[in-house]
Amino acid sequence: MTKLITDVVCPFCGTLCDDLEVVVSDDGKELLEVNNACAIGAEKFLHSQAKDRLTRPRMRNEDGSWREVSYDEAAEFTAQMLAKSKKPLMYGWSSTNCESQVVGSHVAELVGGQLDNTATVCHGSTLIAVQDVGVPSCTLGEIKNRADMVVFWGCNPAHAHPRHMSRYSLFPRGFFTAKGHRGRSVVVVDPRPTDSANLADIHLQVEQGRDYELLSALRVAFRNEQLPDVVAGVPKETIYEVAEKMKNARFGCIFFGMGVTHSLSKNHNIDIAIQVTRDLNEFTKWSIMPMRGHYNVTGAGEVWGWQFGFPFCVDLSRGFARYNPGESSSNDLLMREEVDSVFVLGSDPGAHFPFSSVKKMNALPCVVVDPHITPSTVVADLHVPVAFVGVEVGGCAYRMDSVPIETHKVVDAPEGMLTDEEFLKLVLGRIKEIKGV
Amino acid sequence: MAEKIELNLISGRTIMQGVTMEGGKEKPAYRDACGIIELNPEDLKKLGIWHGTNVRVASQYGWVIVKAIKATQGPHPGLGWIPMGPWANRVIDPNTYSMGMPTFKGVPVTVEPAPEEKVLDSLAVLEEML
Repeated sequence: MTKLITDVVCPFCGTLCDDLEVVVSDDGKELLEVNNACAIGAEKFLHSQAKDRLTRPRMRNEDGSWREVSYDEAAEFTAQMLAKSKKPLMYGWSSTNCESQVVGSHVAELVGGQLDNTATVCHGSTLIAVQDVGVPSCTLGEIKNRADMVVFWGCNPAHAHPRHMSRYSLFPRGFFTAKGHRGRSVVVVDPRPTDSANLADIHLQVEQGRDYELLSALRVAFRNEQLPDVVAGVPKETIYEVAEKMKNARFGCIFFGMGVTHSLSKNHNIDIAIQVTRDLNEFTKWSIMPMRGHYNVTGAGEVWGWQFGFPFCVDLSRGFARYNPGESSSNDLLMREEVDSVFVLGSDPGAHFPFSSVKKMNALPCVVVDPHITPSTVVADLHVPVAFVGVEVGGCAYRMDSVPIETHKVVDAPEGMLTDEEFLKLVLGRIKEIKGV
Repeated sequence: MAEKIELNLISGRTIMQGVTMEGGKEKPAYRDACGIIELNPEDLKKLGIWHGTNVRVASQYGWVIVKAIKATQGPHPGLGWIPMGPWANRVIDPNTYSMGMPTFKGVPVTVEPAPEEKVLDSLAVLEEML
């Protein structure tokens, strides 16, 4: 007999879908089927069952080959590395639960770590902009129930957040949105005619990197002032049309992604996108929301927010929390060779940092805690595989709209495997002994 | 037929990037999903290559061999697209301009045919340059 588990939370993207159904074997050891998930979410659940999965930590030999070690040896190595370091970079924290993030913060406090999460290569620009100008926000539930217009700016949810549009932003019927997608107008701003743009009423094919100009043009249009004939590759008639549509919506939301945070101007692109939202609230009700990538990157920001006062780039090396993106951000620290060891948990900088940073990581002692074999493990001295959060262990995660959702355990981890939290607690205990605290 | 063309490179997620990443980054499927560059049909024509030919993409920050394919979400004149991952990150602009974020999008690159070269898997593409 198999068992059906309902209301399972998907630990892939910031949409944090909570309506998955998972079929497991009677003894709860094998995951057989995943329903309702997108292709990526389903793959994440199913890959936890891979037969070639690593189940024990492995340490790098002199000649570059690996040897298996115990979790205790792994914790000892990690504790020694962190305790000896003057300024260890402790990066990741986004594909794990808040409980682990809390233990990680304790470790970082003891060793004077540089805490940084994946926002540093994702929505870091957004966090800086929000600190500069504030953010008119709402929850995804409000969007489902109220929004009659959505704008996707520099994001492609059809690929990156596959169920976002069907669960919240475009298709669902809500309390005041009984017509579903027929009652919503959609604008997509992207230099490519993406699969999301195909669903839009209007696609503004902005010239790459000229978002700031187009956002400024919208502010001009809201005030009925004159525009040049073409701004950022978009004819002025279209800009006036979109501006008018936005002013006349009952409730709208701008979702934005890496198209604006990664392009030049970075945080300033978000500054002005937020100003656009603020302008719109003179006429009607609008919100703005970043399309967060990892399922719990928002949680990392929340946890550090209440512990240290800053959502990323937290420098604890002086015994108190400092925050200065550009100085205390992972890539700047690595490129300037300001850190002397690297601890990675819940992310893959090997795949997602610029190569020049990865090269610097390779020269440093490096521990990677990750269920998968990843490019980060190429530069690691110790690789500690752990249980999958949201599959083999539960815990709290924050959705992209900062709503906390408790993820569930659906299947047992392979025997003897530790979770992120258990491994961090081992390391924390050992560091306390070394430091004599 | 041009030997080399200049493009503005952007990177980002695709659904197959996500699926193959979760399926194991060491597997060939991840390389097939992300070790590519999406080009406009005119750019393929300019280079005198077919869909599926390997090319060398170079910027002032590095170079990488990827497979050129016809844009799946195009046309995007003047732009080249490599899904996020270690292949894109070999050529993107690491400058953060003092705010922490590398410049992953909007990197001037050149693309030239390299039919004899091989697209490496995600681990080897790092090891090659370490």
